[in-house]
Amino acid sequence: MATLTAVRPAFGGFSFDNCKRNAVLEVEASKVGCSVPAARKTGTTICGVVFKDGVVLGADTRATEGMIVADKNCSKIHYISPNIYCCGAGTAADTEMTTQLISSNLELHSLSTGRLPRVATANRMLKQMLFRYQGYIGAALVLGGVDCNGPHLYSIYPHGSTDKLPYVTMGSGSLAAMAVFEDRYKPDMEEDAAKQLVRDAIAAGIFNDLGSGSNIDLCVITKSKVNYIRPHDEANKKGVRVTELEALKLTGDYKYKRGTTGVLTKAVTPIDLELLEESVQTMDTS
Amino acid sequence: MLGFMRGQPLLSTVIHREKMAAAPVMMPYFGQQISSKSDLVPDWTRQEVSTGTTIMAVEYDGGVVIGADSRTTTGAYIANRVTDKLTRIHNKIYCCRSGSAADTQAIAEIVAYQLGFHSIELDEPPLVETAANLFRASCYRYREELTAGILVAGWDKRKGGQVYSVPIGGMLVRQPVSVGGSGSTYIYGFMDANYKPGMNKEQCMELTAAALSLAMERDGSSGGVVRLASISEEGVERRVILGNQLPKFSTH
Repeated sequence: MATLTAVRPAFGGFSFDNCKRNAVLEVEASKVGCSVPAARKTGTTICGVVFKDGVVLGADTRATEGMIVADKNCSKIHYISPNIYCCGAGTAADTEMTTQLISSNLELHSLSTGRLPRVATANRMLKQMLFRYQGYIGAALVLGGVDCNGPHLYSIYPHGSTDKLPYVTMGSGSLAAMAVFEDRYKPDMEEDAAKQLVRDAIAAGIFNDLGSGSNIDLCVITKSKVNYIRPHDEANKKGVRVTELEALKLTGDYKYKRGTTGVLTKAVTPIDLELLEESVQTMDTS
Repeated sequence: MLGFMRGQPLLSTVIHREKMAAAPVMMPYFGQQISSKSDLVPDWTRQEVSTGTTIMAVEYDGGVVIGADSRTTTGAYIANRVTDKLTRIHNKIYCCRSGSAADTQAIAEIVAYQLGFHSIELDEPPLVETAANLFRASCYRYREELTAGILVAGWDKRKGGQVYSVPIGGMLVRQPVSVGGSGSTYIYGFMDANYKPGMNKEQCMELTAAALSLAMERDGSSGGVVRLASISEEGVERRVILGNQLPKFSTH
C-alpha cells in the first residue's frame, strides 16, 4: 500500500530544488566523461578532550581537493569567542563561514547579556543553523571551551545533532584517533598528559588516514587563559636536499658554471628587425 | 581510513505498527550524492546520525518507567556509545527518542521550549497529554521531512502516569506500555507475554531492563548501557545499568 501525498505548493522555508538539480547534473556529467568541480574538503582528524582544568582541542593541518593536497598547513581550529574554540571537519568553506557567523552572533549576544558566552549557547546556535540547512552545509565540528559552569566539549554533526562527551573525534581520521582515546583516556587528567594524549590521537589520524597529514595544532583552553599552539608538533617536516651553505658550494644546485659543458662551435647571427609602428598605451592608474 | 566498510543506510530499521499505510522508511538524501566525489572521506562521515535504538515506556499506578539503550550510529560506526535518549521536556515529562538524531533533538528542544512557555502562562505544571500533542503537531505537519519515533511519558496531577506514542507519520495514541526503535521488533513477543496490568514500580523497572537487554543482544543498532528513569509524584529517579550488570539470558 502506498501513501498518497497531496502536491503542496512550497510555502516559506529554504528551497532545496537546486540541490536535486546538481545531483542530476553530476550523473549526466559523468556519463559524458566530465567531472563536476570538487569542493575542497578538509579530510581531517580533529579531536577534543576534557581534562582537570579545561579542554584541549587538536587538529591536523591538511586540506584536500579530491586526491591533491590543496593546503599543507591550514588552520582548522577556529575562534568562536575568547573562551570558546571550534575545530572543523568536512567542507572547508562551510566550516570556515559557519564558525565565523556564529562567532559574530555570539559576540553580539555576549554584549547584549553582559556576560562571557557559554559553550552551550554556541552549541545551540550551531546546531539550529545546521539543522535548518538539513545537512547540506557539510560542517562536522568539535566545539570546546570553558565558561562559568566549567569545561565543556561537544561534537556537532552536519545534520544538526550534537553529543556532549568527555572526549570526541571527528573527520576521516576519527576512527584512528578514537582508538587512541578509548585506550588511554582517564577522567581528570593533568594538562601535560591531556596534551600528549591529543597529540597522539591526531598523530594516529595523520599516519593512518590519507585524508589527514602535515602538522598537529593544539588549543588548550582553561579558565584563565587560552594557549593556541600552532604548530605543536611538525610531524611531517619536508625533507631538505641540501642546506643553503652547501648550495653555495654547488652540490645539488642546478646552476652549473660556464664551461662545465664543452663548446664545440659557436655561431652568432644578428637578426635585423624593422620597426614598423610604435604606439604608447597608458595604464589606467586612476 | 580507506577500505572502511560502508555502513547500512541509516533508516531501514525503524518499523511501525499501523496496518493501513506503509509510510516510506527510506528518505532520499540528495545531499549524499553531491559529496560522493572524494574517496578519501569514507562513507559513514556523510551518513546522517541515527539513533538506531530500543526504547520503552510502561505505566504503573502512580507513575511511569522509561528506558532506552545508549547507542548512536553513523552507518556502521558508533558515534556515541553512551547517549542519553531519555530527554527532559519538563520537570515530570520526559521523551524517549528514536530515528534521526538531528530530527529528534531539534523537535525535543522545540517542544521543551513551547511547553516551558505554556507552563509559565498556565502557572501550573503542564499535562503529559499537552506535551504529547505538541510532539504530534510537529511530527505530523513535517511528516515528509522528518524521521522521528518518540515516546512521551510522564506524570501529572490529572491523570497520573501516562505513556503516549508518537511514531513516524505523526499518529498519537496513549498506551499502557509501548516500545519503539529498530530493536523493538525483537521484543514484542516478550512484552505481550510478560506485561501484566497492575505491576508496581520495581517490577516495571525489571521488565524494562530485561526487555532492553534482550533487544540490545539481538539488534545491531542498539547497545551500550541501559538507561532507566521512573517519574512519579515524588520526582524523577534515574538509573544506569552498565554492560556487565545487564540481566543475562542465554540460549545455550
